[in-house]
Amino acid sequence: MEQLNAWFTELLSDNAIFTANTLGYYLDGLGSTVRLVFLSLIIGLVLAVPLAIARGSRRKWIKWPVFLYTYVFRGTPLLIQLYLIYYGVVFIEGIQDTFLWAILKDAFYPALIAFTLNTAAYTTEIFHGAIKATPRGEIEAARAYGMSRALMMRRIIMPSAFRRALPAYGNEVIFMLHASAIASVVTIMDLTGAARFVYARFYAPFDAFLFVAAIYLCLTFAILYLFRYLEKKLLAHLKPLNG
Amino acid sequence: MIDLQGYGPRLLEGALVTLEVAVLSLLLALILGLLTASAKLSRHWLFHRIATLYTTLIRGVPDLVLMMLLFFGGQIGVNMFTDWLYYQFDVDIFININEFIAGVVTIGFIFGAYMGETFRGAFLAVDSGQIEAGRAYGMSNRLIFRRIQFPQMMRHALPGLGNNWMVLLKTTALVSVIGLSDMVRIAAEATKATHEPFLFMIPVAVVYLLIASVSEWIVARLQKHYNVGFGEADEWNN
Repeated sequence: MEQLNAWFTELLSDNAIFTANTLGYYLDGLGSTVRLVFLSLIIGLVLAVPLAIARGSRRKWIKWPVFLYTYVFRGTPLLIQLYLIYYGVVFIEGIQDTFLWAILKDAFYPALIAFTLNTAAYTTEIFHGAIKATPRGEIEAARAYGMSRALMMRRIIMPSAFRRALPAYGNEVIFMLHASAIASVVTIMDLTGAARFVYARFYAPFDAFLFVAAIYLCLTFAILYLFRYLEKKLLAHLKPLNG
Repeated sequence: MIDLQGYGPRLLEGALVTLEVAVLSLLLALILGLLTASAKLSRHWLFHRIATLYTTLIRGVPDLVLMMLLFFGGQIGVNMFTDWLYYQFDVDIFININEFIAGVVTIGFIFGAYMGETFRGAFLAVDSGQIEAGRAYGMSNRLIFRRIQFPQMMRHALPGLGNNWMVLLKTTALVSVIGLSDMVRIAAEATKATHEPFLFMIPVAVVYLLIASVSEWIVARLQKHYNVGFGEADEWNN
């Protein structure tokens, strides 16, 4: 470790831009980006499961509000949603007097809310499509066993729908990672924010942005391989024989 | 026209800028996409390698980062190139990378990669017997492309192209970040000046939804056009 440290310091010693100091900014930025993306994906996923079931409901008053929500959030740019929440949250009547204000005045939470609502809308549609694609035979078999609707949902439809949704959900995760770059617009020091800071400080666009692009590329590949591994494990039963 | 505290006309201008950026970058993306698809399908390994590198790199990096790289770095890069031209060949030109060009080129470049994947799949979906039939009629390669491959490929490509267009449309909002006065930027400026986010952001969101709905209709019409001869028997029976 000691040696590694010395080697690292020497490597950086004749580099004007990538000092330990600026690398620290990038590291903090990486932390912010990962926190933001991870939290919004997890919360979005939890929201999306019941919403996807509601979206496929036969009752119009359940189905239509969910459809409207996904239509609006998928049809408008995330940047607009972010602005609306970031600037709009101040105007909720009396919010500045409650404990929530301490949380919401930091840009992180409005961004988290915007990202969560956005990814929940996309994930709802992905799951809805996967649920709709359940083979009829599976449902008929469940009915023949006398399963109730809830049991059928839990034991038959959801497990197979999750697996079918996996490739599309992997794309959504990557999409979210890339979309999180706009968090830097509302003063959050995420990866892109760090790159903008380094650019502004040294006027070195290539160094600042190419470096951050390489980090994003590594993250993207990591997600890609994770999902490929998951697909291989979870979709093994769908592979052709001798494949 | 709706006044919106005097910002109405400017927002309308901004909406036009948004449309301009979207349509121009769509054209660039379509051209790049066709080139990428043919490079990926070509038998030459170098073309194949370059196209794969392009689509992989572009799809691995956020749009905003690429846009900033091109906008902030592009001018320096272009200046270095024109300086070199001047010293080497005594050619004195000045190319100005403004927000508009940077936006259009970046978005076109990004979506060229996505379009390339769409087109590649669509070309592969055209039955090779069709191309052989064209050859048997003595058609030249260009004529085969124009009369046989392209119309049939479009049938398979249209759903993907429609999707890409919707994503592209929403991506145009990012040009506001590098300083182009599209409707998002004007709405953001108006919000900062008047502290009324809902008054400006909601109309902008509605315009995006409107453009998306109109494009959905256009894509459906196009689909009908390119699907001629496939599964429209009902109309004839009635």
